Amino acid sequence: MNRFLLPLIGFIVLVGVLAYGLTLKPSEVPSPLIGKPAPDFTLPELASPDATFSPESMKGKVWLLNVWASWCYPCLEEHPIITDLAVSHGLPIVGLNYKDSPEDAIAWLKRNGNAFQHVISDLKGSVGIDYGVYGVPETYVIDRAGIIRYKHIGAISFSQARNEILPLVRKLQE
Amino acid sequence: MKRLWLALAFAALCLPVWAADSAIENRMIEMASELRCLVCQNETIAASRADFAVDIRALIRQKIAEGNTDEDIRNFLVSRYGDYILYRPPLKFATLLLWFGPVLLLAGGFTILATTLRRRRRMDVDAELNDAERERADALLQRSQHHGM
Amino acid sequence: MIPEIGHFAIVLTLFVAMAQGILGTVGAARGIPAWIAFARPAAHAQFLLVTVSFLALVWSFLAKDFSVLYVAQNSNSQLPWFYRMAATWGGHEGSLLLWLLMQTGWASAVSLFSKQLPDAMVARVLGVLGWVTAGFLLFVLFTSNPFERLVPGAMDGMDLNPLLQDIGLILHPPLLYMGYVGFSVVFAFAIAALLAGQLDSTWARWSRPWATAAWLFLTLGIALGSWWAYFELGWGGWWFWDPVENSSFVPWLIGTALIHSLAVTEKRGSFKNWTVLLAISTFSVSLLGAFLVRSGVLTSVHAFATDPGRGVFLLTLFGAVVGSSLLLFALRAPKVGLGGRFALISRESLLLINNVLLAVAASAVILGTLYPLLLDALGLGKLSVGPPYFNAVFVPLMAPALLLIAAGPTANWKSAKIPAMMKQLVHPAWIAVVVGIGAPFLLGRWSALLAFGIGVSAWIASAVIIGIVQRVRATRSGLMAQPRSWLGMHLAHFGIAVFVAGVTVVMGYESEQDLSMMPGDTVMAGDYEVTFRGVRRATGPNYESEVGDFLLSKNGRAIRSLHPEKRAYFSSDMPMTEAAIDANGLRHVYLSLGEALGDGAWSVRVYYKPFVDWIWIGCVLMALGGLLAISDRRYRLKRRAVRKQRTAEGAGA
Repeated sequence: MNRFLLPLIGFIVLVGVLAYGLTLKPSEVPSPLIGKPAPDFTLPELASPDATFSPESMKGKVWLLNVWASWCYPCLEEHPIITDLAVSHGLPIVGLNYKDSPEDAIAWLKRNGNAFQHVISDLKGSVGIDYGVYGVPETYVIDRAGIIRYKHIGAISFSQARNEILPLVRKLQE
Repeated sequence: MKRLWLALAFAALCLPVWAADSAIENRMIEMASELRCLVCQNETIAASRADFAVDIRALIRQKIAEGNTDEDIRNFLVSRYGDYILYRPPLKFATLLLWFGPVLLLAGGFTILATTLRRRRRMDVDAELNDAERERADALLQRSQHHGM
Repeated sequence: MIPEIGHFAIVLTLFVAMAQGILGTVGAARGIPAWIAFARPAAHAQFLLVTVSFLALVWSFLAKDFSVLYVAQNSNSQLPWFYRMAATWGGHEGSLLLWLLMQTGWASAVSLFSKQLPDAMVARVLGVLGWVTAGFLLFVLFTSNPFERLVPGAMDGMDLNPLLQDIGLILHPPLLYMGYVGFSVVFAFAIAALLAGQLDSTWARWSRPWATAAWLFLTLGIALGSWWAYFELGWGGWWFWDPVENSSFVPWLIGTALIHSLAVTEKRGSFKNWTVLLAISTFSVSLLGAFLVRSGVLTSVHAFATDPGRGVFLLTLFGAVVGSSLLLFALRAPKVGLGGRFALISRESLLLINNVLLAVAASAVILGTLYPLLLDALGLGKLSVGPPYFNAVFVPLMAPALLLIAAGPTANWKSAKIPAMMKQLVHPAWIAVVVGIGAPFLLGRWSALLAFGIGVSAWIASAVIIGIVQRVRATRSGLMAQPRSWLGMHLAHFGIAVFVAGVTVVMGYESEQDLSMMPGDTVMAGDYEVTFRGVRRATGPNYESEVGDFLLSKNGRAIRSLHPEKRAYFSSDMPMTEAAIDANGLRHVYLSLGEALGDGAWSVRVYYKPFVDWIWIGCVLMALGGLLAISDRRYRLKRRAVRKQRTAEGAGA
């Protein structure tokens, strides 16, 4: 074989990799927690701080953990979809209020509706760090055994809820 | 006078804390300079002013004060955020090509060099044009251009 | 109206470029004089048309025409006029128009400065350049038209990204693109030579000044980018191995190998295939860089707003240009002769080793930059490859090359005499050892790495100085009587020594502190005291600012005040920091404001950076060396000789 063809062959491989690369999304960070048990924690509920919540209590159910904050604009955008998932599809959703002031959070929920089964306060974001949260909003799908199955980064759109979240939830509910 | 001594004594007691603080700070900055801020994504956790970076820096300080090793802290972060948060890629099967690639390329480059030189040695060509010959060649080329192709 | 003229101009340019592409290459192959004659005027015509288009865009910015979508996205009525002008190339579409301006400008220059070259050759070169220009024109017209209208026009623009509102934007992209695009000329020469089946030392002689010119612009462009990032981003870093930075550095590394390779091919006719491959590769990696920056495959703070359609188009352009070139190379290279022989130790072999090191370093940078993409594509997860990797890999690769810089010029062509070389290198050697081992002690901290860095810098610098002094003595003429290309080489090498010294000292001896300060607090930076005196408010043309007031003193004696700022631009909610720097050529004291912490306290970053200016001074010296080299007499003499010959022939005819 003509050894001068080597640069061309190497180049074709490179272009192939780059072409495939165009279909990927480089800025989304996948979670290493998928397939692992959801980290345990105990946090006060937003509305009644004497009561606490822990993921243990959700064992046996397929549920969503939605990380949000009142200062986050995309959270407001996805809230109707979250509400729809909870109300129309009966999905238990726990809202993790991330690095927010409880007053602002309560006011926000009053304005925009509260379909969360529980809302808990992560004032310092330490539970968020345990879950690998680096921005809001983020949503986790957790199965009956308490294993994290899916992480969605950013606001959930209507089509994403319909095509990614719901099918997965149904599969896990079987 | 008594107050001065009191103040000095107090300061002396605090000194180990300050010294420890700056040692912790240096260690934190050294670690944080090799971590990626996931929000800005093209800054280190040491340099970024994003909330996330501030939180992680505080977390690292706390963990250092608790006596964790650098590796403990890195493992803590990687188990939650993945290898993506490390700017120094860990050495594992998937990164063997990355870490050993340059050395292999170097070996490959010199092998090609050696092979090419050996091949030349077998051919006996001395095609060097000296300056006079080159001037003649250029002149010839120019004249041919005037006469069309 | 004016934007439409601009748009029409680039449509016209496309037709001229395609015509030039066809007529130039086919005409030269078939020997059709009329087609060949079309080349030179066509190149000028393209440049003229693109200039008209470019000026139309600049005018739209200066006139605040927010009915042009691109202007509305990158400008604002309160933006000062010089930033409005520079905003022309602040976004993707406009920067492509700048690229086209440079592309046609270089082609026009080739057509002007090539009177001594055979017309057929020039027609081929311009033909290839015409094809490349046509490719970019198609890209602009179909996916990235800067003249697209916004209907109805916006009331006001979205403003230029505050990070770009800086002198860096005015200077960095033009210089950088001059370099990137300039390498298309030596690329075109290589393709033309392969097409003609005529690859010899004359080809190398013609291409060399073009390659060096492009290289010197690229050097300046990269240095300016680094300097800009240093004071703009507020964390005192000057190189981050970011994918976009790497996209400019890889062409520089390969371009450096190219200019050294061209020297050998010109002088001895050797390395022809390597040189051609390097010529093709340099422009190829420029195109790769353009693709990486604009397609969205890699995240970077520098990346332009991306669009998958653009990515696909650019990749196709990249594939077509480089693929066809490498195919041509594969077909023609076996027929190329080998050129002059040389011994195992000779200047040729040392330059070959140098080129291998540079090529491997460039490949390593590409590997590190693309590796995250590769792993993601293979489904093996996501990881980050950052400065720790690149520093660990690049420095050991370049270290031997740095050692060679002093040795190379002492080696003879064809066969080097080692005893003579050693005699010339004995002084640089002991100077390097003494300075390398001793200087770190004086500067405060000793480590093997620091000793090596400083030592190698002294090695190169002393070899350059001794080499110059010896030659001046031997030829018994002055410094400026020496051949400029020889002087240029030494100046550029000296620049590298200065650069290495700067990098080593800064990385070894800088100090960084990130702390909270109350008014009245003083902190030490190196030997200097920095006292925080408070923050006041101010208003700029399109921003509100909080201006810090700091006093810089030494041993209690006040030197000056420094005013770092925290700006909130009206158009964006991203706060911007403007660092305050005191520079005196030997060190920087660098201050950057963070956040207000309440009760008058502020978080402040204080950096002490010794020798940091040497990094950029070294680069400027390198570029000056290149400039000296291309102003060498032999390029000017040739034209005078040709003119004399032509008038003689004309008189005789």
